[in-house]
Amino acid sequence: MADSLPPPALEVTGLRKTFGDFTAVDDVALTIAPGGSLAVVGESGSGKTTTARMIAGLEKPTAGTIRLNGRGRPGVNARTSERREFAREVQMVFQDPYASLDRHQKIGDCIAEVLTLHTDLRGPARAARTAELLEQVGLDERHAASLPRALSGGQRQRVAIARALAVQPRLLVLDEAVAALDVSVQAQILTLLQHIREQTSVAYLFITHDLGIVRHICDEIAVMRHGRVVESGAADTVLTDPQHPYTRKLLDSVPVPGWKPSRVLATADTVPSVPGTEASKGDAGNRP
Amino acid sequence: MNRPQPLLAIDELHVTLPFKGQPRTVIQRVDLTVPAGSAVGLVGESGSGKSMTARAVLRLLPGGARTGGKILFDGADVTTMSPAALRKLRIHDVAMIFQDPRAHINPVRTIGDFLTEALVTTRGVRPRAAEATVTALLREVGIADAARRLRQRPSELSGGLLQRVMIAAALAAEPRLLLADEPTTALDVTTQAEVMAIIDEARAERGLAMLFITHDLALAAAVCDRIAVMYAGSVVEELPADRLHDGARHPYTRALLASRPAPGSGGSLRAIPGRPLPAYETGPGCAFGTRCSQAQEVCGAERPLPRSGGGGTTACHFPVDPLVPQATTGAGDRSTTHG
Repeated sequence: MADSLPPPALEVTGLRKTFGDFTAVDDVALTIAPGGSLAVVGESGSGKTTTARMIAGLEKPTAGTIRLNGRGRPGVNARTSERREFAREVQMVFQDPYASLDRHQKIGDCIAEVLTLHTDLRGPARAARTAELLEQVGLDERHAASLPRALSGGQRQRVAIARALAVQPRLLVLDEAVAALDVSVQAQILTLLQHIREQTSVAYLFITHDLGIVRHICDEIAVMRHGRVVESGAADTVLTDPQHPYTRKLLDSVPVPGWKPSRVLATADTVPSVPGTEASKGDAGNRP
Repeated sequence: MNRPQPLLAIDELHVTLPFKGQPRTVIQRVDLTVPAGSAVGLVGESGSGKSMTARAVLRLLPGGARTGGKILFDGADVTTMSPAALRKLRIHDVAMIFQDPRAHINPVRTIGDFLTEALVTTRGVRPRAAEATVTALLREVGIADAARRLRQRPSELSGGLLQRVMIAAALAAEPRLLLADEPTTALDVTTQAEVMAIIDEARAERGLAMLFITHDLALAAAVCDRIAVMYAGSVVEELPADRLHDGARHPYTRALLASRPAPGSGGSLRAIPGRPLPAYETGPGCAFGTRCSQAQEVCGAERPLPRSGGGGTTACHFPVDPLVPQATTGAGDRSTTHG
């Protein structure tokens, strides 16, 4: 799809992060084409959020390189304008829309503040751009005049998305962006994100634990476990024909019609098996 | 196992909570039965009243709550029960598993203290015998080094392990009914599969009935015999679990299923416009009417009552005929254009 000439929206090589003796992220390599969409899937402790935070610049990598549109992050001696310019390239949407908005700031002001910091827009032009951004996520001037507490979780997450899009980033890092929402609202936000990517050619790095939503938002998947990427590839291939045992185990744990819960982890030696409650699928072969 | 009357029968349950001096409806109408030994899934989004329903069964509602209707446990009405009978119900008959074990297990006491406390204080079991009982229970829920775990404190255990401890505590009471309120929502998906398998095995062994509360329709369908779907404080549909995916008749149930297609399936994502409403925000008509793609005039004026059909009940003026496949696609297409 994408032309091979422009540099990838994101190129990560040899990324590593240690906290004391603990290695949270170990030798991770990821690439996202301009306007592409990559899901990083993993369970808690897999290092997916730490990876996202390093890419967004919220965490300093122990080793490895992160390049956005072919450029590395400016060093500590870089000028403010340079750092700010780099910040415009990548924006982040957090999991909890109840915690990521200032509860004393009106929605419109929250968007306008970002525009003031990063653009030359002032006065009516800035107000117009704020309205345009809110409209893009399905909100109107009524919402712009209200405080976060008047908004539902889904609406707050729309605000967070509008705020991230305000600086026209090339990469949007979405860290469990729909995990805190109700099922029916999740689908709305995912549809909105699909729509925005078609319109703006922003690239997505979508961090999630939920395999069920991956295919609706991403072209590619990287499965992480214990800080490493264990399998990656096209979303359709990985979801329908997983190669790594861990990916298979993850997929087998998702309830689908006909699914029966089973003790997939290797606890069999300590657990008496009860006849009739064994899984219908052969899980023994899936143990890593 | 089959008794003439169900173990738990909830009949036209209505609950209001005081809000700024006014009663505010949190449960509009819940009719539900759990036969002995069977599992019923109570599914709904946040604010639909599913946790309130479970709490009402144990009369654990917030202060000032007013309850209408009947909740019969083994024929005795919980809503009018004497304190002594209620205590017996809570100690012996019904056990509850909560979503967040860390919020419900005393953080400064050991796992062993937590597990044996109820046995020692309410049943008069000797401490040593109680410890043997809970050690066996911990093994049963898949905790290998039970003796070591009993001396640890909650902060030393992972969420998955702590949830198993909570299940062991529920089983220690030898209840007849298990109220499981989102027991796996805070857990990883592989841990969820294990914890559900553990609950399944324990139930099969003891003939234990379960009211399983969750927002995950597919999970409920996999572990329960029947499913009740709640929306805005009412049960809108009740049906056998194995008919959920093909036989659901309420537009809300069908829309919920369409907004969560299985990971490998070719199904496309269909959003429901609007947001889920709490019971006190609904009008005189159908609570789902404002978000429903098939709503007609009567839906805004008249609240539909549950009617049986197709092996279950549906509270809808225009239930979908599951035998007509076009109905689904039509409904979905229209709901996307709305959003």
